[in-house]
Amino acid sequence: MTRDPSLVAEPDGPATNPTNASTDDGGRRPGGGDGFVRYLLSKLGGAAISLFMVVLSAFFLFRILGGDPVDALTRDVPTTPAERAALREQLGLDQPLSLQFLHYLQGVLTGDLGESYQYQQPVTTLIGERLGATVLLTGTALVVAASLGLWIGARAGWRQGSRFDKVQVGLSLTLWSAPTFWLGMIIIMVFARYLGLFPINGMVSPHTPPGFWPQTLDTLHHLVLPVLTMASVIYAQYVLVMRSSVLDEKGGDYLVTARAKGLRDDMVRRRHAVPNALLPTVTLVFLQLGGVVGGAILTETVFSWPGLGLLAYQALKIPDLPLLQGTFLFFSSAVILANTAADLVYRFLDPRVRHA
Amino acid sequence: MNTPLPGTPDAPRLTSVRALAWQRRRAAIGRFWREYRQQRAGMVGLAGLLIIVVLALAAPLISDRDALDVTQATGDRLQPPSLEFPLGTDETGRSVLLLTLWGARISLLVGITATLLAMVIGTLVGIAAGHFGGWLTGLLMRVTDWFIVLPRLVLAIALAAVLGPSLTTIVIAIGVTSWPGTARLIRAQTLAVEARPYLERAKALGAGHWHQMTRHVLPNVMPLVLASTTLEVASAVLAEATLSFLGLGDPSRVSWGSMLSRANSSGAVTYGAWWYLLTPGLAILAVVLCFTLCGRALEAVFNPRLRGR
Repeated sequence: MTRDPSLVAEPDGPATNPTNASTDDGGRRPGGGDGFVRYLLSKLGGAAISLFMVVLSAFFLFRILGGDPVDALTRDVPTTPAERAALREQLGLDQPLSLQFLHYLQGVLTGDLGESYQYQQPVTTLIGERLGATVLLTGTALVVAASLGLWIGARAGWRQGSRFDKVQVGLSLTLWSAPTFWLGMIIIMVFARYLGLFPINGMVSPHTPPGFWPQTLDTLHHLVLPVLTMASVIYAQYVLVMRSSVLDEKGGDYLVTARAKGLRDDMVRRRHAVPNALLPTVTLVFLQLGGVVGGAILTETVFSWPGLGLLAYQALKIPDLPLLQGTFLFFSSAVILANTAADLVYRFLDPRVRHA
Repeated sequence: MNTPLPGTPDAPRLTSVRALAWQRRRAAIGRFWREYRQQRAGMVGLAGLLIIVVLALAAPLISDRDALDVTQATGDRLQPPSLEFPLGTDETGRSVLLLTLWGARISLLVGITATLLAMVIGTLVGIAAGHFGGWLTGLLMRVTDWFIVLPRLVLAIALAAVLGPSLTTIVIAIGVTSWPGTARLIRAQTLAVEARPYLERAKALGAGHWHQMTRHVLPNVMPLVLASTTLEVASAVLAEATLSFLGLGDPSRVSWGSMLSRANSSGAVTYGAWWYLLTPGLAILAVVLCFTLCGRALEAVFNPRLRGR
């Protein structure tokens, strides 16, 4: 059986619904290509097309739907028609759309995403400054959620119908149904407002002494609650996906063999069922990265965590269209590239794809 | 298969065929209901939804719309629960209970409308991609895959930001970003249906693309659409709350998301106004959970392989 990772998709998309991971059996194209080079080229080509579509849609959204940039630039300044025309010419808006798009594409490819209205700084610089905070938050949350969620999910699926299973599924469905930002607000209220264990928001307190250790410890202290918020929602998805995946493997003949060899139940699960169940799960985990980005935006907004998500939120409030466009391009491209990387890694993980 | 044979002249026989079809449909619905009743979680979800929908519809009977008017608010700022205000007041002194009740209307309305939009797009794309094949399918599936991978919230934010804040904006932003899952599901099901012999018969009798798709494929994929719709409403309600929280909704309308947004911006969190936070949040949680339970139960009925999960 060929499992082309990009095609074993969950029917409800990345952010919607982890509950029916195994219903989509259709849409699988046969064959994975002749060799690795061909596979690599087809994946990279697909990624290039996807990235091009991102740029095209950003152009469409922000240049065509988003109204006249001249209006936005001259909102507070009275201008004569002649001045407006001069500004249009200066911005290249008097050229045909196709030519405008080429200029736009050139700008994107050279890292020129325009200047933020709000900060009066290049968008690329702003994104660069905020990237670290987001990577720290998202990375930690992903590691926590994945290790815990996959482990719990596998155990729940293995003992389907047990009390442990029911509790875990109930908990996951509830966490999954809760809006991320609301969960964050509740967590702030309980752990920061009432218990006073953690700071309410931000990344580093202003009165923390300089120096590596105090700064790091303070950052970690600030990191706990946002990570808890973000990880809870992702965790719920991973539990449900992994559980469903283990249930799919449970009927496998190879498990009967493993048991017939005299392996303990625990060993059958850990050595035989889980590695096989992990493969489709990895695919889904990467497909849901888009949802993770959404969670990051909300968590950073609630906790005022100075990352890209907060930047996007602040841009939205103005609205600061160049900055919003920059974050849109960045988040979308990052998710597409991560998925492509996952496709390539998957080939090494799963021998069935490698030899297909 | 329910259409009368072309060229059958006698009218009474036609009606009897139609009556037979209706009888069969009723029996199918009865069978479906019997199986659905076996799903305990699904019944709980259904009961919860009925209560919430009745409450939302009855909001004008229970209270005046004036309860939403800031200028006519009678309570103090962020007053804790009392006899007069069972769930406390918000930062302008309005009753949180009544706000939540009225907010249910907007949240459900947006959730359901957006889902319908997504379902229409998803079904059209899915059936077209499954039926036609060739370059069209390739193109449609590439676009679908692209939408699946893309961060939905980021796309919805971008859309909502350029369209300006309003209810329509939210519906469009949710609808446009949540159809791809349905499209994939429908395409897979369409491929399965089209492989069946009666479609070959229809083709042999000269049925056109439109006839095949609407008369043979669509009725067979509808059950799956229904299950998918129910799950989709759950995420649309969540998405509505999220986008309203980010300030993209109509500022003059009260929804659960906009309540939480104001709770956040008015400092209710640090003030410790738990009633203002918990009420709309738990309402969202309840609706989403109910729709999810119903959707999972429907899936289990239509797809026995998933039963007991």
